[in-house]
Amino acid sequence: MHIVVCIKQVPDSAQIRVHPVTNTIMRQGVPTIINPYDLFALEEALRVRDRFGGKVTVLTMGPPMAEDSLRKALGYGVDAAVLLTDRAFAGSDTLATSFALATAIEKLHQEDPVHIVFTGKQTIDGDTAQVGPGIAQRLKLQQLTYVSAIRDVDSAGKSITVERRAEGGTQVLKTTLPCLITMLEGTNTLRRGSMDDVFRAVRSEVRTWSARDAGVEDITKCGLRGSPTVVKKVFAPQPRMEKAQQIDALGKSPAEIADETINMLFTASNQLGDDILKLTEAI
Amino acid sequence: MTEKKAAPAAPTRASAKKELPEHFKDYKHVWVFIELERDEVHSVSWELLGEGRKLADTLKVDLCAVVMGPPGEGLEKAVRESWGYGADVTYVVADPILADYRTQSYTEGLETLINTHKPEIILLGATTLGRDLAGSLATTLKTGLTADCTGLEIDDGSLAATRPTFGGTLLCTIYTLNFRPQMATVRPRVMAMPDFTEGRSGKRIDFPLNIKENDIITKVLEFIPDTTSDKVNLAYADIVVAGGMGLGSAANFQHVMDLARVLGADYGGSRPTVQKGWIPAERQIGQTGKTIRPKLYIAAGISGAIQHRVGVEGADMILAINSDPNAPIFEFAHYGIVGDATQILPALTKAFEQRLSKMRKAG
Ligand SMILES: Cc1cc2nc3c(=O)[nH]c(=O)nc-3n(C[C@H](O)[C@H](O)[C@H](O)COP(=O)(O)OP(=O)(O)OC[C@H]3O[C@@H](n4cnc5c(N)ncnc54)[C@H](O)[C@@H]3O)c2cc1C
Ligand SMILES: Cc1cc2nc3c(=O)[nH]c(=O)nc-3n(C[C@H](O)[C@H](O)[C@H](O)COP(=O)(O)OP(=O)(O)OC[C@H]3O[C@@H](n4cnc5c(N)ncnc54)[C@H](O)[C@@H]3O)c2cc1C
Repeated sequence: MHIVVCIKQVPDSAQIRVHPVTNTIMRQGVPTIINPYDLFALEEALRVRDRFGGKVTVLTMGPPMAEDSLRKALGYGVDAAVLLTDRAFAGSDTLATSFALATAIEKLHQEDPVHIVFTGKQTIDGDTAQVGPGIAQRLKLQQLTYVSAIRDVDSAGKSITVERRAEGGTQVLKTTLPCLITMLEGTNTLRRGSMDDVFRAVRSEVRTWSARDAGVEDITKCGLRGSPTVVKKVFAPQPRMEKAQQIDALGKSPAEIADETINMLFTASNQLGDDILKLTEAI
Repeated sequence: MTEKKAAPAAPTRASAKKELPEHFKDYKHVWVFIELERDEVHSVSWELLGEGRKLADTLKVDLCAVVMGPPGEGLEKAVRESWGYGADVTYVVADPILADYRTQSYTEGLETLINTHKPEIILLGATTLGRDLAGSLATTLKTGLTADCTGLEIDDGSLAATRPTFGGTLLCTIYTLNFRPQMATVRPRVMAMPDFTEGRSGKRIDFPLNIKENDIITKVLEFIPDTTSDKVNLAYADIVVAGGMGLGSAANFQHVMDLARVLGADYGGSRPTVQKGWIPAERQIGQTGKTIRPKLYIAAGISGAIQHRVGVEGADMILAINSDPNAPIFEFAHYGIVGDATQILPALTKAFEQRLSKMRKAG
C-alpha cells in the first residue's frame, strides 16, 4: 500500500511576536515547525503502514527551507519525501495549493499507485481546512474529513472503514480506496523516531520538484494567478469606542472590589439578577 | 485519479482584473445553505440568513435558502422556518439518499443546483459538515472560498469577507473578484440570530437530486450520537466564565469553575489553557474554539489576543480581570478590574453567593 502524507511548514505560533508600535507580525527569526495538526496525520499513516504493509511518502509545498520539515518526518520513519518548490507557487490560495499538491500526488500515483492520502485537519497559519477536500475533489478520491479512528483497511487494499466526527455524533463510514483522510487532532501520539531513522533522515534523498517536474502543464493554475481569492487589505481591529470602565481597585480588599463589581454589573443590566436566579434554579 | 475539466479560462492575474468575465454576469442572488441533520437545523444557518438578508438588501437581490435532506416533516419545517428567518426563495432538494450527510451526494446535489440557478454569493456554516461541503464544492466549482469569516459586507458589488490573520492582532479582507459564486463560511454564533417572523412565507422551488444510492461510494454503517454528558453547550450559554494563562496553574482553574457554578454559567478558557491540559478542548473559546454570545462574559487572566477576541465579541457585557492595566482585553471589555484573578475570582464567588441568597429570600 502506498500512503501519501501532506505536511505544511508553518511559523511556530508560540514564538510569534507582534511589533508593539506598528502592530504587524514580526516573522524574522521565527522558527518553523511542522504544522502541529499534521503530526496526527503522519502518525496515523505510519500506523496504517505498520499494520497493513506498504510505504509512506511525505509531500510538502513550500520554500526550499521546507526541506527541514521533510527531514524531520523522515526521522519518524517515513520512507520517502518530496519537496514541491517553485516561485510559480508563491501566493497560492487553497484552490491553487490543492491544484499543485494534487498534481504532484498524481505523479507519485503513476510511479507507485497511491491508496490513501492523509492531511491534517487544518493548519495553524492559514487555518482554512480547505486543502484536504480540495485535493480529494481534484483527484476524485473519497473524502473522509475529521477522522478520529481507522477501524479497518481491507488487506487487498480495496476498502477502508473509519470513524468520523460529525455534528452531534460519530459516523462510521465504509468506502473504497483510494481515499483522502483529514485526521482529527488528539487521536494518536506521535512515536519517537528510532536511532536508525534519525540517522537515515540526515542522509536520505529529498526529491525536489519544480512545477514542471511535478507534471504541471498549465502554470496559470498555480500561485497568485491560479488563486481566485484576493487579499485586499490587512488592518488592525477597531478598538471599542470607549475603553473598559475600570473598577477602582487601589487600596481595596478583594471583597470590596467584588462588591463594587457586582453593583456595577447589576446597574448596567437590571435583568442580570433575574437571569442568574433562573439559571441557578435548575441546579 | 484524474483532474476534472477546469472552468472557463482564468484571467491572467486575479487581483489585477476588475471586470467580471461575461459568463459570470448572470450570477445573481445571495444563497444560504441550510444545514439540516436528523431533522434539526443547525442554528448557524439562521444566523447566516440574518447576515445574508443584509447583503441581499444592499445588492437589491433575493435572499435564497437551500434546504437539502430526506423528505418529511423535518424538511418541511426547515423550509417554513427559512421563510420566517428571512428567505425570499427556498430551493428544496428532497431525497431519501440525503438522510445522512455524505460529501459526494451533497456536493453533487448542490453543485447542480448552483450551475442551474447561478447564485453570486453562497454562505455556509463553518461546522464539520459545512467545512467539508464548502471545501469540496469550491474545488469542483473552481471558485474562491473564504474560511471562518467574522465580517461580511458588500464593497463595490463584491463580497468583502473579513477574517483574522495569523499571529495575533490583525484582520484581513478577502475578495473573489473574477469568479462566481463567491463563497464564505462563518462559524456558529459569530453572527447574531435574526428575528423570526411568524407566518412569513416565500417562494418554494423543488429541485431533483439525480443520484442513485448505487452511485454513492461511501456508505454510512452507523451513527453513534454523542451522549449528553459529552456535550458542552458553551456556545449557547447565557453566562460564561473563562480563564487564561494568568491563572498560573490547573489547580487555580477551580476558581473559574466555582464562580461559574454560582452563576449558573458555563466555563471555558483560552487556547493555551487547553494546550496545557488544564481544561478539555471542547471548552476552548476563540477562533479555533467556540464562539460565544452570552449576556455576560467574565474573562480572568486572559490577555485578549485577536483569536480570542473574535470568539467573544458578541457578548452583551464583558468583564475582564487582569493584573496588567495595559492588557489588550481592556480595549474591548466593558468593565475591567486590574488585579490578581486568583484573589478576585473567589471574592466574586463569595459576594455573588451572598447577594443571590438575599435575592432568593426576598423572592
Ligand atoms: C491569514 C491567512 C488567511 C487565509 N485565508 C484564506 C482563505 O480564506 N481562503 C483561501 O483560499 N486561502 C486563504 N489563505 C491562503 C492559504 O492559507 C494557503 O493557500 C495555504 O497554502 C493553504 O491553506 P491552509 O494553510 O489554510 O491549509 P489548510 O486547508 O488548513 O490545511 C489542511 C491540510 O492540508 C495540508 N496542506 C496545506 N498546505 C500544504 C502545503 N503547502 N504543503 C503540503 N500540505 C499542505 C496539510 O496536511 C494541512 O493540515 C490564507 C492565508 C493566510 C496566511
Ligand atoms: C491560528 C491561531 C489560532 C488561535 N486560536 C485561539 C483561540 O481559539 N482561542 C484563544 O484563546 N487563543 C487562540 N490563539 C492563541 C492566541 O493568539 C493567544 O496566544 C492566547 O489567546 C493567549 O492566551 P491567554 O490570554 O490565556 O495567555 P497570555 O496571552 O499569556 O495572557 C495571560 C494574561 O494573564 C494576565 N495575568 C498574569 N497573571 C495574572 C493574575 N495573577 N491575575 C490576572 N491576570 C493575570 C497577563 O497580564 C496576561 O494578560 C490562537 C493562535 C493562533 C496563531
